[in-house]
This record gives sequence, C-alpha cells and structure tokens, in this order.
Amino acid sequence: MTVRQSLGVIGRYVFAGFVFVFFALPLLWLLTAPFDAAPSVQVSLPDFTLQNFRTLWDNPYAMRSLGNSVLIAAGTMAITLVLAALASYALSRVRIPGRDTLLYLLLLLSSIVTGTAAMVPTFLLMTELGLIDRQLGVVLVLTGGLLPTAIFILKDFMDSTPRSYEESARVFGASSLQILRHVVVPIARPGLATIAVWAVVQVWGNFLVPFILLRSPDRQPAAVVMFTFYTEGGQPNLALISTFSLLFSIPVVVMYLFVNRRYGFRFHGGIKR
Amino acid sequence: MRINTGFGGTAGLIAAALVLAACGSDDDGGSAGGDPSQNAEATEVTLTITDNAIAGGKNSEGAAWITDYVIPEFTAMQEAKGVDVTIEFEENGVDDEDYKTKIALDLQSGGGGDIISIDGIWTGEFAEAGYIAPLSDVVGDAVDDWDGWEQIPEAVQQAMTFDDEAYGIPVGTDGRVIYFNKELFAQAGLPQDWQPTSWDEILEAARALKQIEGVTPLQINAGVPMGEATTMQGFLPLLAGTGEQIWADDTWTGATEGVTQVLDFYSQVYGEEQLGDPLLQQEAQGRDTSFQLFASGQLGMLIEGDYLWRSVINPDGGIAPMANRDEVVGWAKIPAREPGAGLNGQDFVSMSGGTGRVINPNTEFPQQAWELLTFMNSPEAFEALIAGGGARITPRDDVNAEALAGDPLMSFIAEEVLPITAYRPALAIYPQVSVALQEATAAVASGTSAEDAAAAYQSELEGIVGDDGSIAD
Amino acid sequence: MTTVPSPTDVDPAGAAADGGARRARVDDGDAAGLGRWRATGFVAPAMLVIAVFLVFPAVWTLYLGLTNWRLTGLAAAEPEFVGTENYTDALSDPAFRNSLVLTLAFVFFSAIIGQSVLGFALAWTARRLRPAVRSVLETVVLLAWIIPASVVAFLWLALLDRREGTLNALLGSDGTAWLLEYPMQSIIVFNIWNGTAFSMLLFSSALASVPPSQFETARMAGAGTFATLRDVVLPNIRGHILTNTLLITLWTFNVFAPYLITAGGPQGRTEILGIYIYRVALRDGALGQGAALSLIMIIINLIVASVYLRLLRERRS
Repeated sequence: MTVRQSLGVIGRYVFAGFVFVFFALPLLWLLTAPFDAAPSVQVSLPDFTLQNFRTLWDNPYAMRSLGNSVLIAAGTMAITLVLAALASYALSRVRIPGRDTLLYLLLLLSSIVTGTAAMVPTFLLMTELGLIDRQLGVVLVLTGGLLPTAIFILKDFMDSTPRSYEESARVFGASSLQILRHVVVPIARPGLATIAVWAVVQVWGNFLVPFILLRSPDRQPAAVVMFTFYTEGGQPNLALISTFSLLFSIPVVVMYLFVNRRYGFRFHGGIKR
Repeated sequence: MRINTGFGGTAGLIAAALVLAACGSDDDGGSAGGDPSQNAEATEVTLTITDNAIAGGKNSEGAAWITDYVIPEFTAMQEAKGVDVTIEFEENGVDDEDYKTKIALDLQSGGGGDIISIDGIWTGEFAEAGYIAPLSDVVGDAVDDWDGWEQIPEAVQQAMTFDDEAYGIPVGTDGRVIYFNKELFAQAGLPQDWQPTSWDEILEAARALKQIEGVTPLQINAGVPMGEATTMQGFLPLLAGTGEQIWADDTWTGATEGVTQVLDFYSQVYGEEQLGDPLLQQEAQGRDTSFQLFASGQLGMLIEGDYLWRSVINPDGGIAPMANRDEVVGWAKIPAREPGAGLNGQDFVSMSGGTGRVINPNTEFPQQAWELLTFMNSPEAFEALIAGGGARITPRDDVNAEALAGDPLMSFIAEEVLPITAYRPALAIYPQVSVALQEATAAVASGTSAEDAAAAYQSELEGIVGDDGSIAD
Repeated sequence: MTTVPSPTDVDPAGAAADGGARRARVDDGDAAGLGRWRATGFVAPAMLVIAVFLVFPAVWTLYLGLTNWRLTGLAAAEPEFVGTENYTDALSDPAFRNSLVLTLAFVFFSAIIGQSVLGFALAWTARRLRPAVRSVLETVVLLAWIIPASVVAFLWLALLDRREGTLNALLGSDGTAWLLEYPMQSIIVFNIWNGTAFSMLLFSSALASVPPSQFETARMAGAGTFATLRDVVLPNIRGHILTNTLLITLWTFNVFAPYLITAGGPQGRTEILGIYIYRVALRDGALGQGAALSLIMIIINLIVASVYLRLLRERRS
C-alpha cells in the first residue's frame, strides 16, 4: 500500500469518525432519559428505573398506537410503492406529451397538501367519502401526498435501467407485468428501497392527518398518542415522553435494518451495459 | 404556455365543482340548531362526550371520571326511567390549539360530539362562526330552571357567556398567586408568611434574593414563546393591579397609563438589575425551564395558577415533582401597584380562566344532552371527580367549600382569590390582542423602553381592531 | 408560468458519457412493448389516487386563498371573496419578507450546501469502508432522519440547552445560549443533521447504479478520485443530482421541525416560511391567508427549479 493510499484510508476513517460523532451526539439523550426517574434536558447518568416503561405498558393506548403506526405506515408504503412503480415504469418507457410538466406540477401541489392550509378541504372531502375515523382514509390521504414524489424519484431509476433485458424477456413472450416484476423491479431495487424507507419516515412522524381524520383513540398512531404525555398546561412529561420516544423509534429502525439487509442499497454486480 | 391544456381544463372544472361544494358545506355547518324538543321522548338514545382528556395521559383523572363514574351512573339513572342510553366518550390528548382545530372542523362540517369541552376563551370565536348556539336556543326553557346556576358565581359564568347569552356550563376555574420558595426567603432574611402589598415590595424581595448565589429572584412571564402564559400570568394580573382591564365598556385598552406602568415594571425586572432572567423569556421552552428551576430551588418567586401546584410540582405525579413541596412552597396574593390602586379599588388582584362544556347545536337529542350536562355539573359528580384525584377548583361554591378543605393552596384560591379575580373577554379577536401584548413584553424584556413598547402596541392594536372597535389611550 | 421546467429533459442516464446513441434508445425505449393503452393502465391507478386525494384538496386550497376564510369567528360563518388581497397583504408584510430571506438562506446553507454535499460525501466514502463500519455509520445517519420530529426536537434541546446542555458540557462553554445567540446557525446545523440521510440514500443508490465496469476502466486509466468523480460519476448521476436538489429544496422550503426547537424566535429570527405559514394558518386561524402563502411558496419553487435546470444544462453544453 502506498503512502497516498494509506493517507486516503486514514482520511476516510477520520471523516467517518467525525460524522459519526456529529450524528450520534444528540441521540445520547434518548439512551439516558428513559431510564431516569425524573429526567430533565440534561444527559446524565440516570437515577435508574424501569418504571417509565411499566407505566407505558399499562397505558391503554401507548402500545396499541405503535401497532397502528406500523399498520398505517406499512399500508401507505405498500400502496405508494406499487402504484408508483407501475406509473413510473410506464412514464419512463412511453412518452406521453407533457408528462414531465405534469409530474412537476403534481410534485409542487403535494407540498400544499402536506401543509396545514389544506387540512380543511381534506377533512371535508373525507367526511363526504365517509372515511372519517378509518385508517384507510389516513392511508389514502397520505398516499396521495407521497405518490408524486415517489413517481418522480422512481422514474429516474427506471430511466437508467438498461432496456436490453426487457427486450429479451419480451422475445420469450413475457407479459408487461411479468417484465416489470421479474426484470425491472430487481434492477431498480435500490431506488424502491429508498422510496420504501422514505415513505415510512414521512408517515411515521405525521401528526396532523391522522389526528384530524381519526376519532377513536384506539386507532390513533403513535405520533398522536405522544402528545397525550403533555399536561393540560402544555408541559411535557419528560419521563414518559423520552421513554415513548425510544419505543416510538425502535420500529422504524428495525424496519430500516430489515429493508437494508433484505433489499438493500448494495451493488447489483454483473449488469454490464 | 407549456402546461398541458388538458390538465388546465380539468383544473378549472374541479375548481368550479369545489366552489359549489364549499358553498354547500357552509349550509350544513351553520347555526341551524334543531328543534329543542326533537326526540325528547325517545327511548333509545346515543350521546357522545368529546373532551381533551385521555386515559393514561393528559388530564387522565377527568377521563377516568367520565368512563368510571359519569357513563355508568347516568346510564343507570336513565335505565330506571325506561330510557336506553348509550354514551360514547371521544378522548383526545393533545395541545389545546390542536384540539380546538379538530372540534372546529367537526362543528363546521355539522358533526362532532353532543357535549363538547371547550376553553371559555373560545366561546366568542365559536359563537360568531355559528358553531355553537346559546343554551336556551338549543335546549329551551329547561336551561333557566336548572338549580345549579345559583351555585356558580356570576363572574365564573362569564367564562362561557358571549353577548349576554350562556353558551355552556362552566366546568372549572382557577386563580393566580405568587408562589415563593420559603427556604430561599429564609436565606435572604425574608418572612415565611410574606405578603407584599405593592409592586415595590415584590421588587425589594427580589433584590434581597438576588444576593444569593445561583438564584434567579423572580419570574414574570414575558415574550411570545410562552404564549397565553405571558398574558395570563404576567401582563393581565399586573394590569389589573393598575385598576385597568384589557377590554372594558366595549373598548380595547391601548397605550394607557396602566399599560405603560405594567411595561415599566417589566423593564425594572428584566432591565439593569436583572431581577429576572431575560434570556429565559426568549427560549422556546422557557416556561418548562422556569418550572424546573422553581422545583429545584433556583427560582425565588413565580406568578402561576393552581396548575403549578396540582400538575407541575406535585410530589405525586407532577412533571417536575418537588418532594418537599408542602413545607417549602409559600404563596401570596398578587398585590395592586399600590394599596387600593387595583381593579375596583382592590388591594389585591388576580386573573382566572375557565373551561366549560357546550351542547352541539346539531345534536339529535337536545333534552337528553342537557340532562347529561347538568348531571356532569351536579355536586355529586364534582365530588366524585375530586375523590378520584382530580382536585380542581370547581365552579360551584357548595362543592368548593367542602371538597377542597384538605388542600391548603386550592382552598386559599377558592376562598381568597376567586372573590377578587377577573376574566378575559371571550371575544374573537382577543387572541390577536394577546399576542400583541406578548410582543410588547418581549420588547421591554430585551431592552426597549416602556413608552416605545406601549406606542408599538398601540399601533399594532389599531391594526387588529380596525374600524370595528374603539381603543382607549 | 410560461417556463414550467421539466426536470427530466435532462437525460438522467447521462448522455454525455457515451454520446447520442444511448440517448436515442432511451427516448424510443418502449422495450417492453407496453404500448399506449397498457401504459395508461399502469399510470391510471396512481393518477386516480392523486386526483382525488391530492389535486382535489390542493385546488380547493388554492381557491380558499382568494377568500378571507378563517377557522373560527365571523369570517368562518360568512367568508368573503377578497381576490388578491391575501397576496398583496403577504407581500407588503415585513414579517413575510423577513421570513422569505431567512428561508432562502436556510435552504441554501442547510439543504443545497449541507445535505447534498455531506450526503454525497457519505455515500462516496461509505463505499470503501469496512461493511461493519459502513453499516454503523449509515444507521446513525439514518436514525437522525427516521426519528420523528417531535422526538428529535427534544434531542436538540438537550444538546443545546443553555444550562444543562451536552454541547456546553463538552465545550466548557457554560451558559452559552446557542439558540438565542446563534439561532439561524443552530437550525441550519440541525437541518443538516436531520435531513442528510435522504441525500445519502439517494446518492448511494445512484452510485450503485453506475456500472462497475466504468469504475474499472477509470482505475485502469490511472484516474484520481477527482477525475473519476468528474468523468465517470457525474455524468452517470446527473439526473439524480437534479432530483435530489429539487426535492430537498422543495422540502426544506416546507420544513417545520425547527419550530419545535426555537418557536421561530428569538424575535422572529428563525421564522422560516414553514413556521410563518403555520403561525398564520393555524395559530392565527387565517386559513385563506395561509393558502395564499402556500401558492406564493410554490411559485418561488418554480423559479428556483428553473434556475437549477438552466445551470445544469449550461454545464453540460
């Protein structure tokens, strides 16, 4: 190994070290506060207790809300992924006049709908459709908001996958859906994985949509239930909030690790263009 | 134009459809208010209670009370009369503003629970929007016949009143006092039974506390991040101490002498002497921090409501528990600027807020909803609430006299503070005026002179009130 | 709106790399024999969901922007059509202009500079780290992005707190009120921390789709890192760079999480557009005004996007 190469290796690991500290430092609080009997905003060795976890375990809504979050996030992610994959594939392969303009306009509109100003129209629409207090309603509204971006990103990946495999698959008589499923999807997998994680992240933290559209507390996701751990004067109960935050974060982390391992963002060697 | 014209045309169509839809929905949400006698004889009744309370979270005692007491008791009572009642409880546990948004959306679309908890300060906005209606319109004559009214002081009833009409029944009220740390007072050579009689005495005590290392003498809420806590725990009690109110005789108070005096008090606290911590007033979490400082004995004095005592420093379940609360924490009435200078010539003043419950004008069962509402406001129901750990200052004198006897601070407020307290105007533009006041205190706390801040507030107020109201200066 | 940009006009597959031959193939590329009808069938479900749950409420919102509609009060009962008054009000409000300037700085430093550059650097570096190290590093960056904003806010308050904050404890800078003395810097760093993961993911995926043979060729030719980036990577991921920049710009315009940390303060010094709109639409209840502001924001985004496109095209030619 030359000096230059070793310097390169050292440089890489020093950089990685700095980045690691920068990203990990704020997370410390999440590791100490949940185990503290009376946490403040200070990161300190806790006055150790597991009482906070027990309190949450006994809470009628806390644990169930995590399940609801998984349900809403998984539903939104699945529908977004399937519809966006179909649409972006078709848009990538067939030229439709004005498709790029349309796509970009939709992308911009989606930033209105995710904002607070659109909540009244959304609410009235869902009332008319009879989708109030149903998780399906939340999933559909969120999906509508995520789809333009998902299509936008996926189309980039679809555009850059080589056509030659599709051509040969077609020669062997595969249908378009089969080609998409067995040829295109495996190649665009890193992009699909990115969209999957992104969609879940968007849904996981969303407070306003489920809060407004759902009525029964046993259907609310964790992002809403988290706010029940404030007092009536609006002060956070840090003991319960920090503990719930930890529990709230675990499922998405697990999901990421799973997606990463299973469908991961790795090189798909062997494809040569 | 490179926009696909097809898309443009569709958008136009959709927009037209929307305009129609929007108009249509307004009719549904109007203050139609059905016939008070509809379904009065029904034998199968479903009612929904909506509240910002949830089991295991925010206001959990209130939620438990509804689930474990109100619903079974009321259902049994009705069953005895041969009426089959099902009561649903719609729990929420969120920030008040978010809760307000949700029930406003509900009411706007013509839906929502039959009995809804609201903050008294929203009464005006909701009434003007046609979301709620006077009780006598929704329920009819039965309202005036209720014997509970005479137990609720006139001032407390005001919290749920708009344009001289009662829109709901008050559920609770509160009062503000000056809390102080007796240990710090002892160190500073101040009396344990401290009761200032003027603003100057507060400042003197603060100067004495300033001598102790590591102690912030005084916290008077200022600035925008603390929101309504600045107005209710800071500006308005002080203003009452100058003999003025923010809204009186159909007139908003502009840059009056009283307003300037209040702002000047702020500049004494946060100015050169640094009797308070001006940075704390700018921090987004300043109020939380002030509570933690008080709980850990680093803050000498703090103006707060009974909320601090019940929910924050309560050794049993508070968010900043203070194990020795009962021994260390003292309280005093808020003095007028000088004796006799307060509202109505009082020596001491306070401010109160109130919550209440309204009946949805779109309810299918107005009579049964009213029955349930009065049941929830009966002395027995309040006693059950307090027995369940939800010690609150109730609107009813008869309940307060008995049930609060075990809690020195709560009975102090019920007996000594409620008679001298004042309420905010339940008007739709009050929240905007409140923000203008918060901005004025923020300016003073960061160095602007009281006169300049008062002048800026005056012009802000003119912008808010516009041509529709008058301003005194 | 005469110059609606179309981002994918820039061929993402990077025609610069090997000339026009591939470009032609991309354009006619109906390799799977989709045909127009089947393609429509593929697109239809997504468009249906978008039309009902996105376009419909969004257009309705834009209509509300022409009224003085509020959530409560008299204006809720009888909303009036006010035409462009909401727009002129916003443009003449110093708080809005202040907010706009802050937002542009926020977007530029935290997203375009911070997230893109750091995200790319991470994606690039991580490829050549030991797998275990790489996975730990990526996970911690991802955590910052995955953890919901309501939780993240507490983490940063704990980090930057004046009295008990971790940062002051580490630096020995006791009593420094970061959020009051350096409010804008604080939320910029916060947003880099919070959002870099997306750029990292996107660039990792993009780098993964660069044919390994091209790297091989570059290495054989003895190209240094810089030359490899310029000649192999950049042409291949040009489309991804554009997508990334467009998206994070759009999102950062909308970012709301700093509200939970600074509440827009002190004295409006961190009141970026997302926070300003939230204050107007939800706290003040002026939904008509809020809708108008959303449209203004979109138009600004359109302008920004067309600037990007121009820049990218120029560099190519």
